[in-house]
Amino acid sequence: MRPEDIAVSGLKPSDEVGQYALRLGDDALILAQRLSWWISRAPELEEDVALGNIGLDQLGHARSFLTYAGHAWDKTEDDLAYFRREPEFRSAHLFEQPNGDFACTIARQLVASHFQHELYSRLVDSADETLGAIAAKAVKEVDYHKDHSVQWLLRLGQGTEESRRRMIDGVKLTWPYVEELFEDDDLTTALAEQGVAVLPSELRESFDAAIAAAFEQADLTVPTDPGASGGGRRGHHSEHLGFLLAEMQVLAREYPGASW
Amino acid sequence: MTGGSTTGDDGSKTKGTGVHESRQPWPLWEVFVRSSRGLSHVHAGSLHAPDADMAVRNARDLYTRRNEGVSLWVVPSSAIISSDPDAKGQYFESAQGKDYRHATYYTKSEGVKHL
Repeated sequence: MRPEDIAVSGLKPSDEVGQYALRLGDDALILAQRLSWWISRAPELEEDVALGNIGLDQLGHARSFLTYAGHAWDKTEDDLAYFRREPEFRSAHLFEQPNGDFACTIARQLVASHFQHELYSRLVDSADETLGAIAAKAVKEVDYHKDHSVQWLLRLGQGTEESRRRMIDGVKLTWPYVEELFEDDDLTTALAEQGVAVLPSELRESFDAAIAAAFEQADLTVPTDPGASGGGRRGHHSEHLGFLLAEMQVLAREYPGASW
Repeated sequence: MTGGSTTGDDGSKTKGTGVHESRQPWPLWEVFVRSSRGLSHVHAGSLHAPDADMAVRNARDLYTRRNEGVSLWVVPSSAIISSDPDAKGQYFESAQGKDYRHATYYTKSEGVKHL
């Protein structure tokens, strides 16, 4: 479902459903912003286009989720993207982590796309039709993101000595942020009981299996380091999100209502 | 597109490892696309990719905009043998001056219908 369709649908989600859509929208929005940094900076022209495409897909998902969430509080997607402060963002810590080198970005993308794929492929059956429709469109795109990151995990993992070292480092830097993605809380538990949301903990097993298969193929080991503290769903963020938001929001805040 | 920096915003650099010196540019691939209602594959352009799998994926990004119902062929450029442009005369002008090769050269016999 395109953000334009949602905007005219006038469907008003409950506050709870809005909060849930906001989380999913924030994950995608922050990841899109991170990926856009790569445009003109990727290691190859073809990869520049690929990362740009993935970023745009994520931005599209973010717009749909945020438009729908905004209807709960009479706000637009722009209000939510550009005029919220850091503690009001509900994205998980994974998505705001710095790009690092190409391998680090691939490691983050690997986790993000596998998580989103598990989530969206179940959310298509949501009791909330709008969430289901957004997920149905998004899951096809995320399927491609998953393939892209696995292909690069294999190539970097089995490339040169240096590329393998960087892939291992990237994975190690990323893994503390995996745990948070699969934590249930009051909101997801309540909405899952109504058949609206997907319980994050239920995604873990198939996520682990898919990740293990990819790592085995790349002859790499899945890290077992403990997870970081998390808290993104409650608005507690790492030191990175504030800088990202300052850059992302500066134009909209400097010239409110501007269009071009 | 080769030899560029692969570092991100962490400021780390790879120097003196010998990796960059030994780095080979990715091979060139030719891309043929059949659009959803197209009858044949048409040469769309070329791209660089480390292997055939990545070439197909890159071709999808670069040349199909991910429309449904398309078919892609990628061929290593080195596998394509082209005709010699200097030999154009011998190759392509063979029909000239040989009107008898064309059916239109013959006059239609009287009384033959539906020809």
